[in-house]
Amino acid sequence: MTVRQAHQERVRTGDHFINGDVACAEGALAAGCGLFAGYPITPSTEIAEHLARRLPEVGGTFVQMEDELGSMAAVLGASWAGARAMTATSGPGFSLMQENIGWGVLTETPCVVVDVQRPGPSTGLPTQTSQSDVMQAKWGSHGDYEPVAYAPASPQEMFDLTVLAFNTADRLRIPVFIMADEAVGHITERVRIPAAEALPSSSRPRPTDAPGNGFLPFKAGPGLVPPMAHAGEGYHIHITGLTHTERGYPTNSAEVHDRLVRRLSDKVLRRADELTLVERVWLDDAQVAVVAYGGTARSARQAVRIARERGVRAGLLRLITLWPFPGAAIAQLGLQTRLVVAESNLGQVAREAERYTAGQVYRVTHAGGHLLPPEPILEAILERA
Amino acid sequence: MSEIVTTTHPTDPLLRAERLPHIWCPGCGIGSVTACYMSALAESGLPLDQCVVVSGIGCTGRVAGYVNLDSFHTTHGRAIAFATGVKLANPRLQVTVFSGDGDLFAIGGNHFLHAVRRNTDLLVVCVNNFNYAMTGGQAGPTTPRHSFTTTTPRGATDQPFNLQHLAAALGVVYSARWTALHLRQLKTSFSQALQLHGFRFVEVLSPCPVGFGKANDLGEGIEEMEFYRAQGVVDRRISPAEALIEMSKSTPLPLGVFVDPERQGNGQAGPAKGADGVVGR
Amino acid sequence: MTRQEVRLAGFGGQGIILAGYLLGKAAALYGGQHAVLTQVYGPEARGSACNADVMLSDSPIDFPEVRHPSIMAVMSQEAAESFLPSLVGDGTLLFDSDLVQLDWPGRRFGVPATSIADQLGRRIVANMVMLGFLSATTGLVPPEALEEAIRTTVRAHTIELNLRAFEAGYTRGTAA
Ligand SMILES: Cc1ncc(C[n+]2csc(CCOP(=O)(O)OP(=O)(O)O)c2C)c(N)n1
Ligand code: SF4
Ligand SMILES: [Mg+2]
Repeated sequence: MTVRQAHQERVRTGDHFINGDVACAEGALAAGCGLFAGYPITPSTEIAEHLARRLPEVGGTFVQMEDELGSMAAVLGASWAGARAMTATSGPGFSLMQENIGWGVLTETPCVVVDVQRPGPSTGLPTQTSQSDVMQAKWGSHGDYEPVAYAPASPQEMFDLTVLAFNTADRLRIPVFIMADEAVGHITERVRIPAAEALPSSSRPRPTDAPGNGFLPFKAGPGLVPPMAHAGEGYHIHITGLTHTERGYPTNSAEVHDRLVRRLSDKVLRRADELTLVERVWLDDAQVAVVAYGGTARSARQAVRIARERGVRAGLLRLITLWPFPGAAIAQLGLQTRLVVAESNLGQVAREAERYTAGQVYRVTHAGGHLLPPEPILEAILERA
Repeated sequence: MSEIVTTTHPTDPLLRAERLPHIWCPGCGIGSVTACYMSALAESGLPLDQCVVVSGIGCTGRVAGYVNLDSFHTTHGRAIAFATGVKLANPRLQVTVFSGDGDLFAIGGNHFLHAVRRNTDLLVVCVNNFNYAMTGGQAGPTTPRHSFTTTTPRGATDQPFNLQHLAAALGVVYSARWTALHLRQLKTSFSQALQLHGFRFVEVLSPCPVGFGKANDLGEGIEEMEFYRAQGVVDRRISPAEALIEMSKSTPLPLGVFVDPERQGNGQAGPAKGADGVVGR
Repeated sequence: MTRQEVRLAGFGGQGIILAGYLLGKAAALYGGQHAVLTQVYGPEARGSACNADVMLSDSPIDFPEVRHPSIMAVMSQEAAESFLPSLVGDGTLLFDSDLVQLDWPGRRFGVPATSIADQLGRRIVANMVMLGFLSATTGLVPPEALEEAIRTTVRAHTIELNLRAFEAGYTRGTAA
């Protein structure tokens, strides 16, 4: 825990040569993160270390908790006290956070959770890269919910998507995931931080009525996102992980539960079009399209480039958003091209992609460790062309 | 928890009247402890809009649902960690954690240790009913040896935590133990704790006829209360280490303030405090 | 597209990672190039041999890993032995002639980086001597860009010493 004392700039506008983890931390600062709670774990630790130094300089709070259960809980608490809050971890810690992530979903608590993925199951290969928590981001906590998860492919995107994650979290009142991978967290590249005014920003919907007028903390308007009052503002909110009424009080009603869980899903799914970001590279005339994301997308882009040099019309669909799943983009692509999915897991996105395509999806998979190189992807492109 | 509900409808503005009747069983001590805390809070002069209650999961965890304050019913074991986030993000808030012995000292035990280590500015109230009541009376970290619970059908064999010793050894700023019967002393302790800063701990022994009393010959709530009254002893010479709870009719039940700014938890009694309101029965 | 894969190697404590960082930073921020720095983390990195890999290019870099360096600078015998096989056949090898003895059929340049650093008063800046030498012999990244990277990275009171070490290496390199 460190003392607050603002004497440094929050947004370090300019060009920096920093790794993905540090870029993520700078993104959090630029987004106005007020509290970071975390527990060290490779390959995410640099995020915590950087924020331990930087957050107190800008009036924020860094706290190293005793474990990831506590980290996630503290982030939720901070959010209800009005702060933008974040934690960062890797697979083992992400597992421990799942129960409280569900609490965040049900209580509509905005926050950002960064998972710099390493190969699992279990302790796996702690210092190496992987993308094997993709499905955990979707299904990790119990119950039905629709998460938002981004997959950065460079330190620049670690910065940009962290800023975006805070905005999405606040706008929709949900925990948002950055599903990074070690390869992206640990490479060092140029990161361009824009001027503070140029950063996108959106905020939590807030109550318009003064306290005392029967504020209903879970009554959502047509946008499906209710206004959020914080602790200490006089509303005397009650927030529970039990199924609750619009007043926030527990109920045993199956009907209320069904309505609540549907609204929580719908508020995300209804915005799927704007939330699902993809990058299309040379797809217009492509015969073979590679679908890839995160660090692996860099290898895929190189493979596609080489294929083009050899006269094969290849393209790349890079998934920037993993959840909600960009199924529409994949479905459309599946109609006109043959698909290759390349990923550092045993087919988590490939299997999801198959649900949106009639034809078979060719898989280039690797359980993780080293970054999947371009060669097997190139080979798959050439075989499919 | 049983399905029995009490029918009283207190109209206390400190409680969420619209949520009453509460769900606690007749003879349960949690309701009185809650009301006692709220009246100490009201008299403390602290602005109620800046007071927050955080609970975990359990019968005691439901306290957050009844206090008319900003209140959070979190996940099992994580109340202290959640409260840490609230407090750090807005240090102006007075944050109190209310939870059960299982929530705070089994599944959430590690958070207690580390919040004390950081001396986080929290008041933690543990309603110690010697069992996991919400789930139907299983053994927990404070279940006395030889006690019967649904998971210790032959009597508990493991050594229970002496929470006063634990808190004192960790170095809390304030630590007291009362029962749900000693409401006057309990309220004084709440008041004292609310005026202090840093990590403060109040343990309240509370009858749970459903989960613990009946199976251990302590009877219904009233009889369990009577047991507390008969066995309770306030003696400032009893150190935290000696404040074991044996739960037998032949041993005393040590109560009182075990750590305060004048009496640190090193087993040494500090200067006698005179008429501080914390006196024996 | 021209691409250069560079590997710097030595033993822990020689400032190999810092040298790689400065090379990448100079190229990316002050040299108008694209650059990626990668390092090996974990137990492997704790052995006595350590390395920093820098990929330089005039176009954006996709796959970031250095697999076939065409330029390698080695500052310990062990690093030389473990990493030399990765250097491409016609690659350029730079080495600290105080610490490394080896044969290399291609272009090779030795520089007594450690003793030059000793003469400057601090052995710790041998990495800067090597960086200056590398800039001069390979022309990878202009010296001004590297000097700017040094100025904006190392602690204020060590800037001057680091720059002097860099210049000493650079001067050696231009004469080599
Ligand atoms: C992760 C998790 N495990 C188990 C439970 C089930 N559970 C609910 S309350 C409880 C025990 C509560 O005991 P205690 O904290 O002593 O509170 P009491 O009910 O006695 O007041 C348990 C095990 C749960 N809700 N969450
Ligand atoms: S603690 Fe025991 S008595 Fe109180 S509500 Fe729970 S089960 Fe009933
Ligand atoms: Mg209990």
